[in-house]
Amino acid sequence: MDRFLRHKTLIVSLVVIASNAFGNYTLTRGMRDVGSVVSFSPLPYIHAMLDPWVVAGIVLLATWLITRLSLLSWADLSYVIMVTSTSYVLSAVLAKIFLGERISLIRWTGIVLISLGAFIVARTFPSTAPEPEEEE
Amino acid sequence: MKWLLLALVVVPGTVGDVLMTIGMKRHGEIEEFDLRSLFSLLWDLVRNPYLITGIVAMAVSFFALMALLSVAQLSFAVPATASSYLVETALAKYVLKEEIDAARWAGACLVTIGVVLASL
Repeated sequence: MDRFLRHKTLIVSLVVIASNAFGNYTLTRGMRDVGSVVSFSPLPYIHAMLDPWVVAGIVLLATWLITRLSLLSWADLSYVIMVTSTSYVLSAVLAKIFLGERISLIRWTGIVLISLGAFIVARTFPSTAPEPEEEE
Repeated sequence: MKWLLLALVVVPGTVGDVLMTIGMKRHGEIEEFDLRSLFSLLWDLVRNPYLITGIVAMAVSFFALMALLSVAQLSFAVPATASSYLVETALAKYVLKEEIDAARWAGACLVTIGVVLASL
């Protein structure tokens, strides 16, 4: 049972991390095509939502929200925030590969520390909080 | 002004996460990822007061971050908001009664420092 819970947690965490990083990437990519939309009128936003990159970004970030909430239905908050912080790492790698951004040594150091912190927490048992009391 | 906005990013953001965790624990463990679980989750999102308040708090935090980024440098905003990891770990311990052992604290410290460095 514990083994099953660990596997389920790992797989759902990976979906949370990937949907967050790829969602931010596709949304950034799409909004670059669309240009600035800061406005009180809904029309520019509707126009932006016709861009396929923006659509992909919205779908991925909706996936992120749903899977993150699902993960919180059994895993500890202190586990979820640390393990899913690796989306910073994936975002940096995506920015380097697809957007050609340069990553300085100090940023690489930060990326290594985040990965290390997430790895240490990922090895702890995901669910330690007591069951909530029933109201009914 | 930027310290006020920073508080509006960190406080609703961390409280929102705590409320969403309480809301999801009350919703019950999601066993299978099928349409039924998805609809039950979406239905709970519009009637579970913890989830509704959590989402509203998250939205406040998000718009405060947008405002903060318009008055402060990214190199101030991101490191300052990285403190959320430590605040949330403390709230998880005292409010959610999670067992925060040495590994969790070490992870929280490494991630916080890492996020600060990665934003420089």
